[in-house]
Amino acid sequence: MDISNKDRARELPVQEIDVFTDTRDILAHAEKAAKRRGFQDWLICDVDAHHTETISWHELVEYIEDPVIRHQAMLFHDEKMGTASYGLNGDMGLKYQDVGGRIPHQAGIREKVDDGIHRDVTLTRRAMSALGVDYMVLFPTPMLTLGLHPQPEMEVYLGRAYNRWLIDKVLTKDDRIKTLAYLPFNVPKEAERTIEEFAGQPGVIGFCVPSTRHKPIHHNDYMRVYSMLEERDLPIAFHAAYHWQDQSLSTINRFLGMHALGFVWCNMVHLTNWILNGIPERFPKLKSIWVESGLAWVPFLMQRLDDQYLMRPSEAPQLKKLPSEYMRESCWYTTQPMETVNMKALELTLEMINAESQLLFASDWPHFDFDLPQEIYDLPFLSEQAKRNILGLNAAKLFNLDPTPRKSL
Amino acid sequence: MAEYLVCSEEEIADGGRKVVACGDKEIGIFRVKGVLHAWHNLCPHRQGPICQGRIYPEVIEPLDDNCEVRTLQYNEENMHVACPWHGWEFNIETGRNAAGRYRLHRAELAVREGQIYVVL
Repeated sequence: MDISNKDRARELPVQEIDVFTDTRDILAHAEKAAKRRGFQDWLICDVDAHHTETISWHELVEYIEDPVIRHQAMLFHDEKMGTASYGLNGDMGLKYQDVGGRIPHQAGIREKVDDGIHRDVTLTRRAMSALGVDYMVLFPTPMLTLGLHPQPEMEVYLGRAYNRWLIDKVLTKDDRIKTLAYLPFNVPKEAERTIEEFAGQPGVIGFCVPSTRHKPIHHNDYMRVYSMLEERDLPIAFHAAYHWQDQSLSTINRFLGMHALGFVWCNMVHLTNWILNGIPERFPKLKSIWVESGLAWVPFLMQRLDDQYLMRPSEAPQLKKLPSEYMRESCWYTTQPMETVNMKALELTLEMINAESQLLFASDWPHFDFDLPQEIYDLPFLSEQAKRNILGLNAAKLFNLDPTPRKSL
Repeated sequence: MAEYLVCSEEEIADGGRKVVACGDKEIGIFRVKGVLHAWHNLCPHRQGPICQGRIYPEVIEPLDDNCEVRTLQYNEENMHVACPWHGWEFNIETGRNAAGRYRLHRAELAVREGQIYVVL
């Protein structure tokens, strides 16, 4: 054997990644990949990332407007032991997300953070830096099932408190961090009030309806909400989640199956109602974004609705074109978790949804099925312009963001 | 070819590992059933740091004579490393995943005079 170089291997400082590992170490390979692909010159907008708001719940409850509920919540966090966060229903599926400890960053992020800077600002900056992201849109985590809370007013109390807290503690500290503010959708009048209060606030680039809820989004009660958003040129996002207790999912015994279907099912139902009731016809300038359901479901729904609509057009009289045409012209989709095992299917999906203009990159960091910008960059069937659009330029246009890259890789 | 000295043989006990950088390559060296195995620290899924993941025995679900199931069990015969990014699991001895479609990229090792070397 011709050995031309004899050197000493360097032991990596992190031998096994755990919940205490620094985000920058967990994502060290992502940072290398971003540099290798020259992402410094690419605008990359991550339209769906998360933080764990419940870690700061003791702070957040101080922002509850109702003085009685606020007092209750603050006492609860000062005195109660061994209970969940005040007011949250959560979902039992959250216990399984980390695959029995195999994916530590999903179980918890317990790394050291800088004193004097809010934890969520530091962690978001670290993730943005490692992923090569210019703008990151932050969503909550356990709050995503608050639409199923038996007390509809709880969503109003906590949704508003969350919006106020997030702006105060995070969004005003770094203008590269954005949000789609929480809409308490179960109480339409309060949703309207939320738009009036938070549109134009620092970092608010649209509004979000957490999708797990049993409300018909085409109900007349919501028309004012849509009209207000359209007037303000602010998108509405339907952020998916799962609800294991939902009767349609309750026979599934594996988290894998429940998660695979649950994260899609809620948005399939809402998008079906959105299209068949002609919301895009009623509000042609309103932009809807369908978040965190992946992409494989969209071609199925397009085909299915088109076929059924052509047989039963009298049941959808608002429509002036095929359901799939609305879905590819007035709806935007986030990429994650992008299904990639069958690349031919993915290619067809991107073609069907007109990805070049309608697709928005999302990482979903730090959740177990997070994606990286490199996955879009490496797709062999997209033009460079399409990749640039998906990774950032589509989002810049949709949210009126400056398309100049701001990161330092 | 380049050769990188990792450590002495006894520094990697059975069930243990050492993850090292050899120039610009990262290599994970594992010992299972007394045998050393070395893999590039790149998960074939998204190039995550597979060798820095947690080690678990394979999970199995035995069937009884009626094809019924009762418990999940660990099979200590097959030790897996799970990618800390997304949980993809690979057999440490074969480098293959459960469906057999994906595999890790093996790195060559040399052991001389009680010292472990990575050969790239």
